Amino acid sequence: MSLFKERQYLRIRVDREADDSLWMKCKSCGELVFKRRVRENNNVCPNCGEYFFLTAQERIDSLLDPGSFENLTEPIVTDDPLGFVDNQPYSDRLREAQQKTDLLDAILIGRGAIHGIPVVLGAMDFRFIGGTMGSVMGEHVCRALETAVAERRAFVLVSSSGGARIQEGVFSLLQMAKTVTVRRRLASAGLPFISVMTYPTSGGVQASIASLGDILIAEKGALIGFAGRRVIQQTISEELPQHFQTETFALERGQIDRVVRREELRDELALALGFFAGAR
Amino acid sequence: MTDERTLDLLEAKIGELRQLNAVEGIDLSKEIARLEEKLQHLREKLYANLSDWERVKLARNPKRPYSLDYLETVFEGFYELRGDRVTGDDRALLTGLARLDGRPVVILAQQKGRTTEENKERFFGMPRPQGFRKARRAIELADRFGFPLISLIDTPGAYPGLEAEEQNIGATIAESLQAMAGVRVPSVAVVIGEGGSGGALAIGLADCILMLENAIFSVITPEGAASILWKDKDKAKEAAAALQMTADRLLTLGLIDGIVPEPLGGAHKDPAKTEAALKGEILRRLAELEAAPTDERLARRYARYRAIGRFRPAPPAPATDAPEPPAADATAPSVAR
Repeated sequence: MSLFKERQYLRIRVDREADDSLWMKCKSCGELVFKRRVRENNNVCPNCGEYFFLTAQERIDSLLDPGSFENLTEPIVTDDPLGFVDNQPYSDRLREAQQKTDLLDAILIGRGAIHGIPVVLGAMDFRFIGGTMGSVMGEHVCRALETAVAERRAFVLVSSSGGARIQEGVFSLLQMAKTVTVRRRLASAGLPFISVMTYPTSGGVQASIASLGDILIAEKGALIGFAGRRVIQQTISEELPQHFQTETFALERGQIDRVVRREELRDELALALGFFAGAR
Repeated sequence: MTDERTLDLLEAKIGELRQLNAVEGIDLSKEIARLEEKLQHLREKLYANLSDWERVKLARNPKRPYSLDYLETVFEGFYELRGDRVTGDDRALLTGLARLDGRPVVILAQQKGRTTEENKERFFGMPRPQGFRKARRAIELADRFGFPLISLIDTPGAYPGLEAEEQNIGATIAESLQAMAGVRVPSVAVVIGEGGSGGALAIGLADCILMLENAIFSVITPEGAASILWKDKDKAKEAAAALQMTADRLLTLGLIDGIVPEPLGGAHKDPAKTEAALKGEILRRLAELEAAPTDERLARRYARYRAIGRFRPAPPAPATDAPEPPAADATAPSVAR
């Protein structure tokens, strides 16, 4: 049994102001929709099909067999190794993000099962400083990989990240090297890694762990790429197609294996993982 | 405060005086000696107090030796291997075989241009997918034949563009990283100028990471950080300091293994001296790496990258109005390792 099944730290009461109202306005079609309907519909607008962000916990709940999740996200926080300050100290940004999300950093990892197939699952949370990867996320990804190896489970990572976390400088950059290095252990052990790319999978996360899955699955509505649209336009003022870096763009160019709708992702993962169950 | 340009001007003047001195009947040796002493003094003062932003400018100075210069001087007989076998040949990331003190090594080297023409060809030193695919090919070659891998890093970053994205530049970086993580041969990477983000790291995941004294290594350019975090492009100076991208800071933070000293004023002030120092340091590090049995060296590489990151147990929550945990939980372990 895990030591960390129940988080004992930093209980923060989040004022879920949003939950006070029963209705929300879809940012895509402008329609007023019943919030519970949206939640039950995997955060997809029942009117126009627009995908809203899933939090890491919502993502986990949407993929794993009910009640199978055991949280392995040990309660660690970044040391802010550079003592970084821009217009605002990094430590303040962290505190705000922690209060907003009730998370300690931008990822949750844990054990679970998908249609009975045992997995280790990691899910990033875009609300937490853009889902960026710093020391803590890199460490959790590595621990997840190590748990998968130790317990001979498949690894599933659901990315939602703007890339490396600038505020931890080269520590963040080197999380790319760290996660790639540890990912090799899973390959040596003959265990599968399915990388699920959602909105957005970009920068240093796309240029490292997220691209190294045995199978790459994009969720419909994903954004997949290294340099963002704005950066490209600012640097070389190039015309970019409308569907630049969408899942369709990636699929057409051979960058991913499959595109899957959110509500079908759970079954899709079970289907893919099923092929590996008897492997080795 | 005296700047680099003024000092260069003074140096040029001293040169002119020296020419005059050769003319019969003119003796300026005393003046020259006095001025040279003054120049040295001013230069020491200037470079002892370089700001991080001045260091960025120095690292980007086009007068600095580039990879091809080192390939001619530190190595012998660079034999370039071109092309990714799929779509083209990147001129910002060069690969090939060379000899180092007579023995074959595989080179991964990023190359900027000095003229507009050159920069057009080399995309200002920003490698494209063609380059990273070629790098992977060279890394695998090194591994197959047991040649040590030497990387010379000098890039503002990977190329941001439509074609690069269409060819999945991110994945080519990831695969180069993966190849470097897995080679059984020893690897030494040296940041010789600008170590720009993922594009630099793609050939930098080595057993030993070195930096020239005035080189920089960063997760993002200071200009990029300024525009994203400060929302103000003019804050690049502040960003340069906050990002801690200089060699001495990164050594203190334990992220690199060593610094190759440069002559006062930068590598370009005395290229021969820089080259000798670089060659000596690469040879020394390589010998050190090769002294260990392969499995031990690989275990060390694994441990080194596995350990990167700074975090601590989360502080216990302050007493809030959070509900008391149920009694059954009182016996549950609650301390992180």
